[in-house]
Amino acid sequence: MSVPHVLLALLAEGPKYGLQLREEFEAGTGEVWPLNVGQVYKTLGRLERDGLAESDGTGQDGPQKRFRITPRGEEALAAWLRTTPDLTSPPRDELVMKVLVAARVPGTDVHEVIQAHRVYLFELMQQWTRLKEGEARDDLGLALVVDAELFRLDAVTRWLDAADTRLRRAATEPARPAPVPPPVPQLRRLGARR
Amino acid sequence: MSRPGPGGEETSAATSVLQLRGVFKTYGQEPSAVHALGGVDLSVQAGEMVAVMGPSGSGKSTLLTIAGSLEEPSRGEVLVCGMALAGMPRGRKARLRRRVIGYVFQDFNLLPGLTAIENAALPLELDGVAVPKARAAGLAALEALGVADRAGWFPDQLSGGERQRIAIARAVVGDRRLLLADEPSGALDSVHADEVMRLLHEACQRGMAAVVVTHDAQLAAWADRVVFLRDGRVTGRTARPPGPESLLTPGEIR
Repeated sequence: MSVPHVLLALLAEGPKYGLQLREEFEAGTGEVWPLNVGQVYKTLGRLERDGLAESDGTGQDGPQKRFRITPRGEEALAAWLRTTPDLTSPPRDELVMKVLVAARVPGTDVHEVIQAHRVYLFELMQQWTRLKEGEARDDLGLALVVDAELFRLDAVTRWLDAADTRLRRAATEPARPAPVPPPVPQLRRLGARR
Repeated sequence: MSRPGPGGEETSAATSVLQLRGVFKTYGQEPSAVHALGGVDLSVQAGEMVAVMGPSGSGKSTLLTIAGSLEEPSRGEVLVCGMALAGMPRGRKARLRRRVIGYVFQDFNLLPGLTAIENAALPLELDGVAVPKARAAGLAALEALGVADRAGWFPDQLSGGERQRIAIARAVVGDRRLLLADEPSGALDSVHADEVMRLLHEACQRGMAAVVVTHDAQLAAWADRVVFLRDGRVTGRTARPPGPESLLTPGEIR
């Protein structure tokens, strides 16, 4: 996740102090991603060095320093918002690996492995859903984060369902002979018969 | 497979609103018989929402129709509020259906010629409750679902989300104990579907027991427990989840 850009976004609303930025960052993301003060000041220092943000006053340091976004910072923020994250190459997913491996370990019931993961995922989803009933009702930032997490977990359960069905089907279907390219003359003969 | 693994569950008949014990359902005759349910145990307490998840043909809907006394099991027992359905006279069973059980269907099933309040009060009126009393209970149910201001509207004047709220009001009206829902969010979008689940869960928090059949994991996640069905058997269950605060402990999720 890009902490520098989120800080720039908060500064785009107006000049702010470091501590204030941390509070607003956490509040805006439903307090799901905690951020420590050190990380905030380190990031602000880097933004300042790169000319994306500037602080008023020179001698003062630490919590007394107020930061504001620069025109270059605004450009960087606008560009970041529209840059699509790299989703092209599949991540090496641990769960996918486990299912692939379980399918070939002798004496292992891959469906049981899948079910164990499914139950765990649902329990996680149930916990996230409880947030929708409580805190997330009045906290838009948290509601959005909870939705994102639920959709992500939902996608994993769907993959497990698909894997489950595919593996069952593969187990009951007779092994298909290796595909042989259809001999051309036979195709011709079929065509001729019609 | 007879190990007492994911299929078994502890049941306490005293507090169960719904109890299924070793329920089998077979359609047709051997050799072409279809085994829809193969020995299901399920117990749902007052105040609890249980979601039943499973692929098509897993027996989800059969389980619901048997729980709602609309079909009889081939083998096994069904108890509603501690009363066994087997051998119950037809009249009593029908009364139980009207007074104790509420149904929510995928396509809402509201009667187009009746207003929202008439739809909501219908089960009570069918049960012989005097019209003013039934309407008062209907209005209370509409209020609980936030659609009291639509009381005089006809279904075709309402949005999909409102229609489903009326349907839920009809399912909880009066003093119902058991709510049975089959894909209750129908074709609603995810935000509206969520709202439907929230309302059903709130009905449970007011003391009803509910069984919700769905194939949507996000909707099932509203339940207090999720039961997984495949080929008519329970293949797993979630535990009652811990509170959400465990998610918000800093550093716990990465």
